[in-house]
Amino acid sequence: MGLESNLPDIPVLTTTVERVVQWARRSAIWPVTFGLACCAIEMMAMSCGRYDIARFGAEVFRGSPRQADLMIVAGRLSRKMAPALRRIYDQMPEPKWVISMGACASIGGVFDNYAIVQGVDQIVPVDVYVPGCPPRPESLIYGIVQLQRKIDQQKIA
Amino acid sequence: MDANGIAEVLAAALPGVAVDVAPTVDLQSTLYIESEHLLPVLQALRDRAELKFEVLAEMTAVDYWPREPRFEVIYLLISVENRLRLRLKVRLPGNDPHVGTATGLWSSANWLEREIWDMFGIAFDGHPDPRRLLMPEDWEGYPARKDYPVQIRKKPEAGSPTQLTAEEFRANLLKDRLVRK
Repeated sequence: MGLESNLPDIPVLTTTVERVVQWARRSAIWPVTFGLACCAIEMMAMSCGRYDIARFGAEVFRGSPRQADLMIVAGRLSRKMAPALRRIYDQMPEPKWVISMGACASIGGVFDNYAIVQGVDQIVPVDVYVPGCPPRPESLIYGIVQLQRKIDQQKIA
Repeated sequence: MDANGIAEVLAAALPGVAVDVAPTVDLQSTLYIESEHLLPVLQALRDRAELKFEVLAEMTAVDYWPREPRFEVIYLLISVENRLRLRLKVRLPGNDPHVGTATGLWSSANWLEREIWDMFGIAFDGHPDPRRLLMPEDWEGYPARKDYPVQIRKKPEAGSPTQLTAEEFRANLLKDRLVRK
């Protein structure tokens, strides 16, 4: 049946370029090292041995946004920090994704006041929102898996 | 030396300056003075041999809105040599509150006064660097005042990305190389 049956007896898979690119992108999501508050502690726990995000290929936290694919906004974003966040996002090469981690990053959380941005989606486009205050590392891993599913469906065009 | 003793030393050093000893619950020596006498009093507190308050540990302010006088500026002083602590308070009106700067006496007053200016809008006359400390430079209003709306709905500013042409980018690289040799 099909192309495979006509090939010689060597292990060969056929697929599309798009599937390979999607697979490559979702299997090595490198986050930028960017922690804003207590959520960053859970983010660090996620990357350490007990939860081990290396199982999902996202363990390489990069110090430079030029080498990163993912920004995890881990904590409350103050209005004064907002230009810095946007600048780091702008410095990341395409394709890039954003996870808004926790209640503060998503909607401001308990900090309903003048100093805190009420949701980082006013500053950068967010792909996945992770609820919790702070979210447990399992929740964040679930968020990264959801992001992988999303990347799997993105057309590369 | 307690608050009365410090007040006596001040009265002897600066005749005509009213120094009120305030009652406290925490037994910390507390004095009230008039704002126009602030700088001579601070100078005497720092330089008199019996006092020698050489450390300005903290400065803060309180907003007693709607009471008048509305603000109090508080200086927490420490004398290492004489093992003394003092809480010095100045009352200020709600309309155009301002007081002389202590930066000439203690350098630590610089950022403390900037923070009070930022949060309460109390001006320090003669401050060498009267900018906001915590809030963004173009912020309007003074957030720690009692009548300030805490939950404001205002769109956050994210700035705009720097857009360079290819020529400007190359010129920047070249300039960087020249500096580094």
